[in-house]
Amino acid sequence: MVTVSLYHYLFVSTILFSLGIFGIVTRKNAVMVLMGIELILNAANINFVAFARYGNFGFQGQLMALFVIVLAAAEAAIALAIVLNIYKVFSSVNVDEIDRLKE
Amino acid sequence: MDLITLSVIILFIPLLGFVLTLFTGMNFKWAFLIENVLIVLGFILSVVLLYNKLSGYLDTDIVSEFNWINLGIIPFFGEIIIKLGIKLDNVAVIMNFTVFLISMVVHLFSIDYMKGDKRYSRYFAYLGLFTFSMTGIVVTNNVLMMYIFWELVGLSSYLLIGFWFEKKSASDAGKKAFIVNRIGDLGMFAGILILFVTYKTFSFQEIFNAVAAGQLPFNSEFWLTITGLLLFCGAIGKSAQFPLHVWLPDAMEGPTPVSALIHAATMVAAGVYFIVRIFPILSGDALLIIAIIGAISAFIPATIALTQNDIKRVLAYSTVSQLGYMIMALGIGAYVFAFFHLITHAFFKACLFLGSGSVIHSMHHEQDIQKMGGLRKKMPITYATFLLATLALSGIPLTSGFLSKDGILAGTLAYTSLTGNWFFTFIGFTVAMLTAFYMFRLVILTFHGEPKNKEKYDHAHESPFFMIMPLVLLSGLSIFIWYTPNPFNADSGWVLSKWVKAPTLSVPESARYPFMVEEQKQESIVKQEEEVTFSHEYTHAMHSAHVPTIFLSGFVAGLGILFAFLFYQWKKLDPNKLAAKVKPLYNLSYNKWYFDEFYNSVFVGGTLAFSNFLRWIDNTIIDGIVNGSATLTRGVSKVSGKFDNGVVDGLVNFTAYFSGFIGLLFRKFQTGKVQTYIVLVIFSLLILLFLFKSF
Repeated sequence: MVTVSLYHYLFVSTILFSLGIFGIVTRKNAVMVLMGIELILNAANINFVAFARYGNFGFQGQLMALFVIVLAAAEAAIALAIVLNIYKVFSSVNVDEIDRLKE
Repeated sequence: MDLITLSVIILFIPLLGFVLTLFTGMNFKWAFLIENVLIVLGFILSVVLLYNKLSGYLDTDIVSEFNWINLGIIPFFGEIIIKLGIKLDNVAVIMNFTVFLISMVVHLFSIDYMKGDKRYSRYFAYLGLFTFSMTGIVVTNNVLMMYIFWELVGLSSYLLIGFWFEKKSASDAGKKAFIVNRIGDLGMFAGILILFVTYKTFSFQEIFNAVAAGQLPFNSEFWLTITGLLLFCGAIGKSAQFPLHVWLPDAMEGPTPVSALIHAATMVAAGVYFIVRIFPILSGDALLIIAIIGAISAFIPATIALTQNDIKRVLAYSTVSQLGYMIMALGIGAYVFAFFHLITHAFFKACLFLGSGSVIHSMHHEQDIQKMGGLRKKMPITYATFLLATLALSGIPLTSGFLSKDGILAGTLAYTSLTGNWFFTFIGFTVAMLTAFYMFRLVILTFHGEPKNKEKYDHAHESPFFMIMPLVLLSGLSIFIWYTPNPFNADSGWVLSKWVKAPTLSVPESARYPFMVEEQKQESIVKQEEEVTFSHEYTHAMHSAHVPTIFLSGFVAGLGILFAFLFYQWKKLDPNKLAAKVKPLYNLSYNKWYFDEFYNSVFVGGTLAFSNFLRWIDNTIIDGIVNGSATLTRGVSKVSGKFDNGVVDGLVNFTAYFSGFIGLLFRKFQTGKVQTYIVLVIFSLLILLFLFKSF
């Protein structure tokens, strides 16, 4: 029987992180990009908790994970507000069309 | 008030007049009155000065000087303190009086003569400047101040001769007078420098004392002679002596009263006055050369005057001739008579010039005596005064001219008896005859006979009061009574026996004329109370020459007048026939001995030729070098331009193109899409991780 070790957690979080990156890079919809960011944050959370469980850190990891969850909630609220505004200006949430930075 | 203060005031009165008149004249119609009032005031003060000096300080010279520039001690030279000052001796105050008298009558004469001129008040301002300059020459006690005022006279003569500068001939004459004078002044300047280097002072008296003490320039009598002659160069220029006399006849282009002022008491007298001043340091050799120059200057213009037809030109040449007389007299030692002649000549020559001005005025600026004639009836007062002055100039007894001329001729005779040299005597008497002839030719052609130009004659009229009054005054001064009670011998008169005396010579005895050396052993033989000039020998010679001179000079003058009447009044002889007979001589005289032509071709032409040569050098050689260097520079610039365009610009452009190319490459990455950036970031991160994984 295989015991679940730190590496399994890290493996899962790596997959999550990669999926997050993939989402951010490939999706055209700004909302989907935001979801990619959520995935990356959660990958980080798994890392925090895993290191806290297997390392000698006490509850600091879990606390940080809670903190990130709160942060993610706030970030989602702000980011969605921004996306709404972008939609108002550009009449689109396609990130490929929003390339003002180039100018 | 002491006499020095008085003299300074007199000196600056004309300058004040000059400044006031010049600066108010533009807007103030009566500005000329300022100048006239001031000059009359100056004349009155000069009379006061003359009277006080001659009555109170007859035998003392009043000298006052102040330090003008103190340069301290100069290495290798010594202490330099330049002083200015005033010296009032009898000669100076008499000259001062003469200058102001002539200047005053010229001013008064000009009031009517110049009426209507568009630069009326400026004319009077210039007259004031002229009077100021001349007074400065007269009263100064040093050579430096003399030189300064000397140049001021040159300047004001330039202004006045060229007063009608719209006329080309007038402006040319002004320039000619100034430039010819400069030539003489150059010599004078060199002489002054030699004096200063030798004696470290400019003062006449100090120089005389040093020479008397045996200090000579470069310790040689030869250089003393050279110095004297260099100083004399100034007098040659100012007094219009041969060979620099050419400016004076041309100076007739100025207004006629100016001619009277320049040619009687101021400018030309300055040269003679200067020689009078420096007489004690002139060595025998220098005096001999001065006498020769004077004799030539007396003779040549006298012959020229015989044939001239312009009334003023005749008088101008007569002036040169008379100045030559004075210079010659100084050269042969007749010092007092030279000065005496300077004064008497100033009066009657001014009278003649003003008289000619009166004639010209009434003839509406006709100056050719061929077209005059018969004016005697129209202008009786002008005629009478002109005739009186002419008699004086011709040396007829009972006139002042007789006294002074007689003295000079006696001087030449005395010189002959002392040295056996007949040259000066011959010149003296010949010129006396010529003078009488041409002056009476002038009088007869102008005033006697039938009028040749009827129209102008009918319009002729006697001049107004202010023009007549100076004539009467000046012709009055041509009578003997003002100078001596004895009309045949001026020696006993107050001017010569008391006022003017020959100076004590400073020149070493070995450098003097032999007869100017006093021999001690004769002292006992001669009576003590007798006045002695230079030496007993000379005094005796003058005395014994006196009586023959009276008859001889009377004879030659009478001869000259007789011929003038024969030729022009009674027409017994025909001047044209005579002229035709001696054609070359007549042409020589009529064309003024070709002096102007000679100077034009030799000096002016020479200068022009030399300038042309220099221009050629400039054009071909200098310009060639300049142009060559320009071409060379242009060639080098072209090469350097090519290099700039090709290599340097190429490099710069290449850098620019290269940067652009690189930019094009990297432009691809700059999409403006956040997702691309993120991909790139992650790739870079991965590469970095891969590279640095060993750490």
